[in-house]
Amino acid sequence: MSEAFVTALLELADDHLVLGHRLSEWCGHAPMLEEDLALPNMALDLIGAARGLYARAGEIEGKGRDEDDLAYLRGERAYLNCLLVERENGDFAQTMLRQLYFAAFMEPYWRAAASSDDPVLRGIAAKAVKEVAYHIRHAGEWVVRMGDGTGESARRMAEAVEELHRFTDELFFSSPAAEAAEAAGLLPVRAETRGAWEATIRTVFAEARLGWPAQVWAQQGGRAGAHGEALGHLLAEMQSLHRAHPGAAW
Amino acid sequence: MYSQGLIGADGRTEEDAAFLAAFQARIDAEEKIEPKDAMPEGYRRTLVRQIGQHAHSEIVGMLPEGNWITRAPSLRRKAALLAKVQDEGGHGLYLYSAAETLGVSREQMTEELLSGKAKYSSIFNYPTLSWADIGIIGWLVDGAAIMNQIPLCRCSFGPYARAMIRVCKEESFHQRQGYEIVMTLMRGTEAQKAMAQDALDRWWWPALMMFGPHDSESAHSEQSMAWKIKRFSNDALRQKFIDATVPQAEFLGLKVPDPDMVWDAGLNDGQGGYRHGPIDWDEFWRVVKGGGVMNRDRIRARRKAWEDGAWVREAARAHALKRAARKVAAE
Repeated sequence: MSEAFVTALLELADDHLVLGHRLSEWCGHAPMLEEDLALPNMALDLIGAARGLYARAGEIEGKGRDEDDLAYLRGERAYLNCLLVERENGDFAQTMLRQLYFAAFMEPYWRAAASSDDPVLRGIAAKAVKEVAYHIRHAGEWVVRMGDGTGESARRMAEAVEELHRFTDELFFSSPAAEAAEAAGLLPVRAETRGAWEATIRTVFAEARLGWPAQVWAQQGGRAGAHGEALGHLLAEMQSLHRAHPGAAW
Repeated sequence: MYSQGLIGADGRTEEDAAFLAAFQARIDAEEKIEPKDAMPEGYRRTLVRQIGQHAHSEIVGMLPEGNWITRAPSLRRKAALLAKVQDEGGHGLYLYSAAETLGVSREQMTEELLSGKAKYSSIFNYPTLSWADIGIIGWLVDGAAIMNQIPLCRCSFGPYARAMIRVCKEESFHQRQGYEIVMTLMRGTEAQKAMAQDALDRWWWPALMMFGPHDSESAHSEQSMAWKIKRFSNDALRQKFIDATVPQAEFLGLKVPDPDMVWDAGLNDGQGGYRHGPIDWDEFWRVVKGGGVMNRDRIRARRKAWEDGAWVREAARAHALKRAARKVAAE
């Protein structure tokens, strides 16, 4: 059991770190100063959650790996994040929609995690659930502004939906490791969050005047380490300095 | 972050003598001047320029440190650096708001930055080439900024003084964090120590230049001192910075890259201080005037963010108008 739980925690941690890293790429380059503050805020929440999850995974694993070993010394095929979070930032419409999709999933997930049998996870969930509610609000408001703003913003928002919606199905997929941890009462059942997720997204889309996308080929593979090409570059950049100085303390 | 905010400041003013005398009397009595108070045009202009340049420095200053967010060597450092760069953005925001109380809009100030009309601290036109630069910037650049800004907490213009109090608290946290990064490197491997020394070698002189030209070369300083916008001279602040920093470098095991630096018992009114070697003012003016390695890149990055974001800001405005119209229609 503990091995499966470690793997499932890594899936969650990788989601948070990779998305936090993506958001951090905006810092100093956002469309307005307020967003130069808001995007790092969300990135900090996500990186903070990732740190807690890596630390817990390392502790249960019991091989002495700490958060940095897990974040910096695993390669592309060992990363287990879902494909949605690794997608490049694209324009502001894509960044905000990606955030909304992820946050709308995590909110019910963290809520359900309040009854996990793992006390550390309960602690992480209690903090994260408040943060992610803000992420839904912030990203959701932007999706509405852009969807129901100008002709150009509506076009970009619709393109973002077309680009990203195919990655949302994977959010509800549980890997064998996750299934085992779910069955043991350690983690929420991913599929059970779908109703809440869809309700959030439909509410925002209605206000944003965005159509619900037609049936698309759902993409998945991240939980098995089968990623798109963008993740390798993200990790190459993120891990370069750490890997150049093996064993150094920072 | 703040530096040569007063370069080129134009304190000339044309009010009558009685008005100026009454204003000066308020300044001399240490009264705070508030946005709606009558003030000489030269005072207003000097402040708009200085606060604007200070705000721009915070915003442009996000770029060199932002350059290492995605490569920070540990998750703890990544989070701390992200939070630091975010703080700089926050400082920019309060400062633009303080300047707006004097009747200029943030948009106007941003356009002046992007067109090259408004300046920002020239220190940000140097590149960050290693992780150690992040430590050295926190320690030296934020350290120099604090030296400059602590007196600004008593600046005669109320909104600026109040903004500075909050900014200084955050800056001093950044400085300690930077120092701690350098200290960790100096306790680390040979490669880490070399990285720290290399960063100090590159940032030391630019950090001294942050205080601006020598007093003898600093135009318009006198008027700003009389108006209590500026409280100490460039050279006095620079000396204070050197005297505080050299012992810290020694403690860390770093060598300050100034072969002429000596202890001089006669400095600081006989209390002693470190006498520094000649500063390369040609380099300073070259970088101020646009000839640093990163000047064009910094402005290009800011312009790109502004131009790429135009449709987003436009969408937000259009949506707000639609909402307001719908609300009216519903009533």
